[in-house]
Amino acid sequence: MTELTQEQGKVQLISWRNPAVRSVVYQIVSVVLVGFAAYTIFQNTVANLTKRGIASGFSFLNIESGFAISEVMPVPMLEPGFVSFISSIFLGLIAAFVLHKWVTRKGKTVGGDYRLVLLTIFFIFVVPAITYLLTNHIFVTETYSEASSYGLGLVTGVFNTIKMSILGCILATIIGFFVGIARLSSNWLVAKLAETYVEIIRNIPVLLQIFFWYFAVIRTLPMVRESINFFDVFIINNRGIYLPDPTPLPGFHPFLIALFVACVGVYFRLRHVKAVQDLTGRQLPVLFPSIAILIVFPGLVWMGLGAPVELSYPKLTGFNFTGGLNPSPEYAAMLMGLSIYHGSQIAEIVRSGIQAVSTGQKEAARALGLRGGFVMRLVVIPQAMRVIIPPLTSQYLGVTKNSSLGVAIGFPELVSVGGTILNQSGQAIEIIGITMAVYLAASLMISVFMNWYNEKMKLVER
Amino acid sequence: MSGEIIGAVPPLEAGPPKMNIGVVGWIRMNLFNTWYNSILTVLSLSLIYYTVTSLLNWGVRLARFTGVKPEDCQGIDGACWPVISDNWAFFMVGTYPYELRWRPLMALLVVVALIMLAVWPRIRRMRLYQLAWLVSPIVIFIIIKGSDTFGLSQVDTRHWGGVMLTVILSVVGIVFAFPIGLMLALGRRSRMPVINILCVGYIEMIRGVPLITVLFMSSIMLPLFFPEGFNLDKVLRAQIGIIMFAAAYQAEVVRGGLQGVDRGQEEAAMALGLSYWQSMVLIVLPQALKIVIPTMVSSAISLLKDTSLVVIIGLFDLLGIANLVLANPIWLGKMFETYVFVAAIYWVMCFSMSRYARRLEIRFSAGDR
Amino acid sequence: MKIRICIIAAVFALVAVGSGQALAASPTLDSIKSRGALKCGITTALAGFAFADKRGVWRGFDVDFCRALAAALGVKVKFIPTNAKERFPALQSGEVDVLFRNTTWTLSRDTRLGFDFAGVNYYDGQGFMVRKDSGIKSAKDLDGATVCVNAGTTTELNLGDYFRSNGMKYKAVVYETGTEVRQAYEAGRCDVHTTDASGLAAQRSAMKVPGDHIILPEIISKEPLGPAVRHGDNEWGDIVRWVLNAIIIAEEKGLTQGNVSRMAISTKDPEVQRLLGKTGSVGDDLGLDPDWALKAIRKIGNYGEVFERNIGKKTPLALARGLNQLWSKGGILYAPPVR
Ligand SMILES: N[C@@H](CCC(=O)N[C@@H](CS)C(=O)NCC(=O)O)C(=O)O
Repeated sequence: MTELTQEQGKVQLISWRNPAVRSVVYQIVSVVLVGFAAYTIFQNTVANLTKRGIASGFSFLNIESGFAISEVMPVPMLEPGFVSFISSIFLGLIAAFVLHKWVTRKGKTVGGDYRLVLLTIFFIFVVPAITYLLTNHIFVTETYSEASSYGLGLVTGVFNTIKMSILGCILATIIGFFVGIARLSSNWLVAKLAETYVEIIRNIPVLLQIFFWYFAVIRTLPMVRESINFFDVFIINNRGIYLPDPTPLPGFHPFLIALFVACVGVYFRLRHVKAVQDLTGRQLPVLFPSIAILIVFPGLVWMGLGAPVELSYPKLTGFNFTGGLNPSPEYAAMLMGLSIYHGSQIAEIVRSGIQAVSTGQKEAARALGLRGGFVMRLVVIPQAMRVIIPPLTSQYLGVTKNSSLGVAIGFPELVSVGGTILNQSGQAIEIIGITMAVYLAASLMISVFMNWYNEKMKLVER
Repeated sequence: MSGEIIGAVPPLEAGPPKMNIGVVGWIRMNLFNTWYNSILTVLSLSLIYYTVTSLLNWGVRLARFTGVKPEDCQGIDGACWPVISDNWAFFMVGTYPYELRWRPLMALLVVVALIMLAVWPRIRRMRLYQLAWLVSPIVIFIIIKGSDTFGLSQVDTRHWGGVMLTVILSVVGIVFAFPIGLMLALGRRSRMPVINILCVGYIEMIRGVPLITVLFMSSIMLPLFFPEGFNLDKVLRAQIGIIMFAAAYQAEVVRGGLQGVDRGQEEAAMALGLSYWQSMVLIVLPQALKIVIPTMVSSAISLLKDTSLVVIIGLFDLLGIANLVLANPIWLGKMFETYVFVAAIYWVMCFSMSRYARRLEIRFSAGDR
Repeated sequence: MKIRICIIAAVFALVAVGSGQALAASPTLDSIKSRGALKCGITTALAGFAFADKRGVWRGFDVDFCRALAAALGVKVKFIPTNAKERFPALQSGEVDVLFRNTTWTLSRDTRLGFDFAGVNYYDGQGFMVRKDSGIKSAKDLDGATVCVNAGTTTELNLGDYFRSNGMKYKAVVYETGTEVRQAYEAGRCDVHTTDASGLAAQRSAMKVPGDHIILPEIISKEPLGPAVRHGDNEWGDIVRWVLNAIIIAEEKGLTQGNVSRMAISTKDPEVQRLLGKTGSVGDDLGLDPDWALKAIRKIGNYGEVFERNIGKKTPLALARGLNQLWSKGGILYAPPVR
């Protein structure tokens, strides 16, 4: 009998019934399957490419493109010095981190030791700054033209994507908060209106909405010669909107610095006010002094420098209006489509975030004597934000991803520029690979932020 | 109804202040309770008035509904609805051959009939009926695509379009993405590192990129992956892209459900001697999937909206047909009518589904209590 | 000298006879035969060149060449509409067997992109179209203009070259399909519409009031438009090349859609006899039936007929033969001999 069981035990060690064995087998099988599929795909692709003589590799990125991109801006192109700059930042961070670990191990408190703070600042800011000054070529800005390379074209596409996404996110957030709060309004009509907006917009494909704005609205605006013209300042036609463009004059930088100083001043004043309130319970006036600081000081500098900004107005010269700020119709349509669509999604996020804050909280705040606006600002919104921010970030990612729909109406973002290069150079695999990699990097960054934020929120809860 | 009940309750305490009851009271309470609410109400009312009247003027009062010739719309300030009625079949089935249009209609009837039959629980429980659902996709495919054995002439997928294509892409997308997503979700939970990494990698990669790049990949790169002479149809390639994309999102939906099921359930099942698959199929998944059915419906809505992106790779789904109609010089400038109509179709489909999802949600949360 | 050539020819002939059918083994041809249909890539819509008529039947200059090719192979034809951006992936992936689609023969397409061009069926050049009331008379007046153009074409490259070399500024607005470009231009999004001159005529004929637009006199590029095939299947390239040549030779020799069947029996011209399969083995050499050319010409007629029927003086496009006249009549259409 005993022999038999031993026998069985041995068999079971390598038998199918042993979970460990099964797990290893499963994993090996899946690696083999995936590896085989990848290998076959690779083989086939290489065979197809060589047979047809299709070019491959990334050297095409340096070839002159020859075509125009309708919206360009100066974009940074990295120089060799960039590597040392980035590494100095990393080294600085690591050094500061090690320092902290080392100090805290010795049992000292971190905040109290001002030498530690100074050293940290030195490592994090001063070291990179010195490297920056020494290498002086971290990047150069270049503006794309027909004579530029495919590579610069792609970078320009990336920057157009960014330009689209940032403004899209801001507008969508504004619309979203506005509508989301309106949905909870005590005014029945306003709440219903907001609900109607959300229910209509979020059930229609965003691409259709973009087409609608582009083809049915902007396209049908008057032609250049019949433009809608408000005193030569604000002009609308089917080639876009024209606004006065502020161009900085020489004295502009001092003004910016003054503005910055004023902001810092307000910040310290607020801290002071809070400290006084914490200590004594006395509430110092906040609003008016802050506004005074913000307006008076920079205002004086502004006047002293003789208004260092010039507005350039759009003028009809030859074919088009020139000068002035001119978002293109494609940009405008994308912006409207994205911000209105994602605004409706964000509105829902905001609504459920606010509803997640228990009514008890609100009642408690009111019982403490806080009035309407303050309850919202000081109690509800901060708590709701914790619920709102994770889905909000994924909406931002959504805006960024949906900016790729620009390809459908000729807005030159990454996918669209990439498509043109794909056709001119024939290197489909490389282009699609680069495009996906860029988006992946963006979403990775956003999810890293999300994880960090969630961690931080957990700590606060304790 | 509720009025009766209120009336039936004897006024134990002092009733509400007079001004708060009745229509006038309600209006006062909800629309004019503070000065800024009054302003908001007036603003909203004028906005509603303006929108509704201008829509009615454009769409009904000043519009032209009949007429076959586009010239019938000359000099009309309102909508020109013949652009819709004239191209109706086009919007529904795309460039599907004119004389064969009864076939998509047949397919539609099959589906409608099956859904109607579901109203009777008796029939719903019949084996035959369930079997009919199972074979219906094949039947529908044969009806639409055609088959020489059944004497139905083949219709190339290039002629599939309009609402038909939109619905096919989304339904097939969801149906195929679901099992793949399920496997991916289980893989993501798996303790086997290799399988875990593969699944997480796939899910995060697909979710990190826009659908249009996945579609480009499936329509441009996929053919290069296969040996020469092996050819996938354009619609099929788009469908593959959609399935690949939807699977990653389905995986996350299912994962949400799995997280909602206590690990103890699985451990208990294992302790009872059930194998991994038995415990999954019999214990864990039924609970997990029940939780996520509403989420699944909303991801189906997203997918339906997302299929509109196939216009960018040159298919003529509902949105593509809209652009095709507008490219016809005869219907030049009828953008508003066309896009409003197409938006209405999408809206009806998505909105009814989202209502359905909400009903399910309420039903399930009620059932849990 | 002559003897050497004769010897080489004899050797080649021997090899040809010896290897028999193996000479024409083309994977593309095989798959077309087994499928029973030629997949021909055409434009999505370009009046006169490729467009679907009211009954959904494809018509036009390029469409006719597709039909001739299919007839020569003895198979049906399927038309696959592609826009400028889709056309190359479609050809590379095997979704189409040949592109008859206003595609310019360029060096990089021949090399980097992995294609072969089987000849030229329309000699073209890029032009500009503007609104008549703009008062523009010459391309030199276009400084500062907004130009609508197709993505992924030679057109957008030439445009850049032209404005750059003339020191002029412009703004390009880029769309995927020809139709989108036309609509944008017509709606006033751009001042200028640019593409191949034939394309301009086609697009103008599709506008609401064609008379409101004029095509400027400057032609800024060479655009030899021809059928493209995948690189690497030379036998298939040969077939496409010679079907195209057969259509041109038919015009030289006075063969028409109407008379070609009669001529096939009665002709005394040795080259026509070889072409139509009465003597020699050209069909066999190409891997086709002996009457391949006869079937092609019977389907669409000769080059002149195709031209006049689709884009000639009597059509809305009203294009003149110009360069696309036979070499013997002042043009540059010149097909190598059938021998
Ligand atoms: N010949 C040029 C341009 C070809 C081209 O795409 N032309 C446009 C305008 S004539 C066209 O055919 N569009 C039709 C379409 O997009 O389907 C090239 O080969 O790059």
